[in-house]
Amino acid sequence: MYLGRVVGTVVAQTKAEGLSGQKLLLVQPLDHDQKPNGPIEAAVDTVRAGPGDLVFLVGSREASLALEEAFVPVDAAIVGFVDSVHAGGGK
Amino acid sequence: MILAKVLGPVVSTVKHASYAGLKLLVVQPVNETGAAEGKSLLAVDRVSSAGEGDTVLILKEGTGVRQLFGLPKEAKLPIQACIVGVVDEVAVGAGEKK
Repeated sequence: MYLGRVVGTVVAQTKAEGLSGQKLLLVQPLDHDQKPNGPIEAAVDTVRAGPGDLVFLVGSREASLALEEAFVPVDAAIVGFVDSVHAGGGK
Repeated sequence: MILAKVLGPVVSTVKHASYAGLKLLVVQPVNETGAAEGKSLLAVDRVSSAGEGDTVLILKEGTGVRQLFGLPKEAKLPIQACIVGVVDEVAVGAGEKK
């Protein structure tokens, strides 16, 4: 899993069936110091996040396991809000 | 599994049900000498008492994590990385102490 900041929303009328009804948000992956850490990506939202929220995501196949529906073709899912990150152990 | 250093806890009160009651830590992958190598990531921790600065073993594969949780194939566990050990010592080469 990894940290991310929601930076926007994505609307796609035409999409694979599994994706219909899923809310898509635009997310900037972050490292432990909350600095950008990779390209901005689209992720399905499972916790009703919105732009500006600090969240954590699960990637690859496990992302589709975060959803109720049988199989949703996603490889990134927001699965929690982050209240705080303590990353002092690395110094 | 990968070697990683625990940087610290991630506090998340509103999250997917599968993460309820699980400790969430941010960890930095390290190589055999302990030097940081690769992107930091989050991992859940069920058993160990790993804390900041500890070196741990991380299982980074969903099916393995599901089995670790003792869940059947049909269970949907959206967790990809889990701490599976706290490392006491890493020795490289024929028995040299690190």
